[in-house]
Amino acid sequence: MLKNDLHVGSPRSRIDGPAKVTGQATYAAEFTAADLAHGYIVESAIARGRIVSIDTAAAEALPGVIRVFTHENRPKTAWFTYKYRDMVAPPGAPFRPLYSDEIQYSGQPIALVVAESFEAAREAAALVAVTYDRQPHETDLARARHDSYEPPKKRNGIAPPPAPRGDAQQAFGAAPVRIAGEYAIASEHHNPMEPHATTVVWEGGGKLTVHDKTQGVQNSQAYVTNVFGLSGDDVRVVSPYVGGGFGSGLRPQHQLFLAVMASLALERSVRVELTRQQMFGHVHRPETVNLVSLGAGEDGKLHAIQHQAIAATSRFEDHQEVVVNWSGLLYPAEHVDLRYELAKLDTYSPGDMRAPGAPLGLFALESAMDELAVATGVDPVELRLRNYAERDENEDKPFTSKELRACYRAGAERFGWSRRDPRPGSMREGRELIGWGMASGVWDAGMMKTSARATLTADGRLAIACATSDIGTGTYTILAQIAADALGLPMEAVDVALGDSTLPEAPVQGGSWTAASAGSAVAAACSSLRDALLTRAAAEGSPLAGAKADDVIFEGGHIRSLADPARSLALGEIVAASGPDGIAATESAGPGLIGMMLPKSHSSYTHSAVFAEVRIDEELGVLRVTRIVNAVAAGRILNPKTARSQILGGVVWGIGMALHEEALTDHRLGRIMNHSLAEYHVPVNADIDDIEVIFVEESDEKTSPIGVKGLGEIGIVGTAAAIANAVHHATGKRIRSLPITIDKILQG
Amino acid sequence: MPAHAIVGTQTVPIEITLNGKRRSLEVSPVTTLLDLLRNHLDLTGTKKGCDHGQCGACTVLIDGQRINSCLQLAVMQDGKSITTIEGLAQDGRLHPLQAAFIEHDAFQCGYCTPGQICSAVALIEEGHTTSREEIREFMSGNLCRCGAYTNIVDAIEDVVGRRRQPVQEAAE
Repeated sequence: MLKNDLHVGSPRSRIDGPAKVTGQATYAAEFTAADLAHGYIVESAIARGRIVSIDTAAAEALPGVIRVFTHENRPKTAWFTYKYRDMVAPPGAPFRPLYSDEIQYSGQPIALVVAESFEAAREAAALVAVTYDRQPHETDLARARHDSYEPPKKRNGIAPPPAPRGDAQQAFGAAPVRIAGEYAIASEHHNPMEPHATTVVWEGGGKLTVHDKTQGVQNSQAYVTNVFGLSGDDVRVVSPYVGGGFGSGLRPQHQLFLAVMASLALERSVRVELTRQQMFGHVHRPETVNLVSLGAGEDGKLHAIQHQAIAATSRFEDHQEVVVNWSGLLYPAEHVDLRYELAKLDTYSPGDMRAPGAPLGLFALESAMDELAVATGVDPVELRLRNYAERDENEDKPFTSKELRACYRAGAERFGWSRRDPRPGSMREGRELIGWGMASGVWDAGMMKTSARATLTADGRLAIACATSDIGTGTYTILAQIAADALGLPMEAVDVALGDSTLPEAPVQGGSWTAASAGSAVAAACSSLRDALLTRAAAEGSPLAGAKADDVIFEGGHIRSLADPARSLALGEIVAASGPDGIAATESAGPGLIGMMLPKSHSSYTHSAVFAEVRIDEELGVLRVTRIVNAVAAGRILNPKTARSQILGGVVWGIGMALHEEALTDHRLGRIMNHSLAEYHVPVNADIDDIEVIFVEESDEKTSPIGVKGLGEIGIVGTAAAIANAVHHATGKRIRSLPITIDKILQG
Repeated sequence: MPAHAIVGTQTVPIEITLNGKRRSLEVSPVTTLLDLLRNHLDLTGTKKGCDHGQCGACTVLIDGQRINSCLQLAVMQDGKSITTIEGLAQDGRLHPLQAAFIEHDAFQCGYCTPGQICSAVALIEEGHTTSREEIREFMSGNLCRCGAYTNIVDAIEDVVGRRRQPVQEAAE
C-alpha cells in the first residue's frame, strides 16, 4: 500500500509540460546527426497489380541524390514472413516493404529516394517513373461484404464472440417489441498531429540508435532485429516523446523499415518522414457494418439480442477487434447471438484506433436501445437501468467493480435530463431544433506485464525507468506522482525516463492498460526500494536501529520514526553510505503476479454514461454539439487533471466519429480521395463547445494493485451513439450511418 | 534547364531577425521557412503536421503576425523578424501563455502546442478574444488531435483576463 498519499489523487500539471511548451521536447523526426541523409517515399498509384518497370535514372541523376531503393535493388532482409510479425500483429502475412513487384494497395511504398537534403529527395521522388500491370481490385465494403467470413485464426488478445445463448432468432420473432437495423461506420484515419517518422542514427560498427514514432519502443526494436537479422545489442530505440498515437504507432510502420534499410545499406544516418498524404496509405479504423436486432417486452426488458458485424480487413492480414461482444455484456438477455466477420479489401491492413471495435459496436447497440426506448415509451436512462447487467454473462463471471448506475445518475443530474421532453422535435429555440440523447460506454480494464526500476541516488533524487511510452496520456506525470508518494519526496525530486528500449520491459502503450500496468510496476519497484532503504537505515548504530516498516514513515526526503519523530535519517545519507551507484530496485507487475488478485475469476471493465445536446438548423441541416456530459467509472483516478484530459480527448474523438471523420475512396481507382487535413475532417476548436467530465467513485481492488482501471479509450466509446440519439430527438430522423453529415440530416 | 536541377546547387542570401538575433543565411529557393527552421537551423520546436497550411502546427510569428511557416519560402523572409516557440520565453521565464497552457493542461502529446501558443500570442494582439466563441473560431486554424480544445480556450481566457485586470484597476 502507498502511504501518505499526497500527489496521487491530486490534480498535478504535467512534468513534461515545460519541455512541450518551449519546443524542447524532441520527437522522432527531430533527432539529428552530422551525417544525416533524408529519405522520401514513392508510393504506388494503383491498388492491385505488378510493377512492370521502375525507372530511377532521372532521380539518381539529380544533384544530391545518394541512392534510390526499389524492390529490384533492396538489400537482403528476412526470408520468412513470420520474421516481419510484430508483437501485436494479427494473423496473416505482414506487409513487407519493397519486397517484390507485387502491388497490394494504393499508397504502397514502392521506392525510397535518399538524398543529402530533404528538398532533393522530394524532388527526385517525383522523377521516379513507374509502369504497372493493373489487376482488378476491390475497395468497396458494400460489395466485399457478400464474401464475408469468420476469421479462421483468432487474433491474440481479442476475444471472439461468445457462444450463442438460448435461441435468439426464435425469441426475437416472438418478442412483443422488435427493433432491427443496420448501422455503419466509415473508415477513419488516426491522423496524429506528428506524421510517422523515423530517424536512424548510424553509430558506426553496425550499431543503430533508432528514433521511431511508436507506441512501443521494444516492439520496434524486436521488429528491426528480426527483419534485418541484427542483434538486440546493436539496435536501441529511443522515443521519449510521441506526437499522438491513438493506435497508429502500435505496429511498426513502413518508414521504420525503410529508414533502417537505408541506414544499414549506406552506413550513415537516415531520416524518413511520411507526408500527411502518405499517412492515409497505412493503418486506419476499418469500415464496419453492424446488423442489430433487439426483441423486448412492452416494459423494455430485453428478451433477445442479435448483433452481427462485418468489418473490412486487408487481403493479407485478418485484423480483428471486439465489436459485437459488448452487446452480450452490457445488457442481460436470455437469448443472445453475436457474430463477427471480416471482408477483404485491397487496402493496407486496418489497425487499432482509439477503443478499437467498441464505439463501432456500441453505436449500433446504443442506437438500437434508443429506438427501443422510443418504441416502448420508456425513458432511455430508465430503459438501461431496467436492463442493467449485474454480472458478465458472456464470461459468466462477476465484475471486479461496476458503478455504471452511478454514472447514469450523476450524468443525468448534471445534464438536466429530467427536463427532457421525449417527443422528437419538441425542443427548439428559434430556427434551431434541440436534441438530447444519451448512450452507455464500456471498455476493457486490465493489466499487462510491465517492469520498472526505481533508483535513489546520493543527491536524494529518485529516477524511475520503464520502456513504456507517454503518447500524451500523462504517463510521465502519474508515474512521478506514484513514486514521489512512495518515497515521501516532492515530485520535483523524481525523474522519469520512458520510451527507451534498454529500460525495463513494457508492452506497447495501448488498450488503456498503461496507468494500471506501469503504475503498479513503479509502485512495486518503489516498495522494494523502501525495503532496501529501511534495511540499511535499521542497521546497528543508526538512529533507526531495528526499525520495521510499520515503525517508520517516508517523509520529506527522510525516513522518520513514528514513535519519536526526532529520530530520522535522510534518504541521501543512506544511499551515500552504500556506495556511489545509488540503490536500485526493479520489479514487475501484471496479471497473475504477486500482488494481483483473482485475475481469471472476475471480469473488469470501465463504464460511462454520455449525455449529448445537439442544435440543428432546421432548414440548413447544420449541426452543432453544444454540450456533452460524460460520467465515467474507472476505478481510482491518479491525477484528476490529466485524467479529465483523457476523457475530453475521447469525447472530441467521439464528436469526430459522429459528425466528421470519413475516408472517401474512389473505388474505380481504389484510392482515398480526401487524403489531407483539409478534406478529411477532424474536429477543430470551433466544433467543440462545452464538455463536462465526471468521475464517479469506484473502488476496485482486483483489477490492479493500485486500484486503477484506465482511461485512454472510455471517453470515445458512447459519445457517437449519444450524439446520434440526440439527432433523432431533435429531428425524428434516425441516421444509422456515421458520420452524420448535412446531406443525411436533410434527406433523413 | 529543368527547375529541379537547381535543388541544392544555388542559394540566395537573406538576412532575418530570428528570435531577436540577426542572422545572415544562404537559403535554397525551394526551401520553406518551416524546413529552414527544422532541418537547417535546428529549431525543431516549430512542427510539421501537414506541410500544406491545413493544420497550423508550424505557426510562427512573422513581424508579429501568425503565419503557417510551411507556406512561406525562406527566400521571402529577407528583412523580416521571426519569432518561434523557442523565442517566447524571456530570461528563462515562460511566456504567460506557455505557463497557462501547462496550468490548464492545454495539450497532451505536445506536437501542436508550439503552433497553438504562437497562434494564441497573435490572437491576443489581434483582439479576437472577446468571447469563448470568438477564441474558438479564431483558433480553428490550429488542429489538436488530442482534443485539448476546451483547455486551450481556458488557457487563453486566463491570460486575457489577467492582462485586462490591471488596466481595469488603473481605470477605477
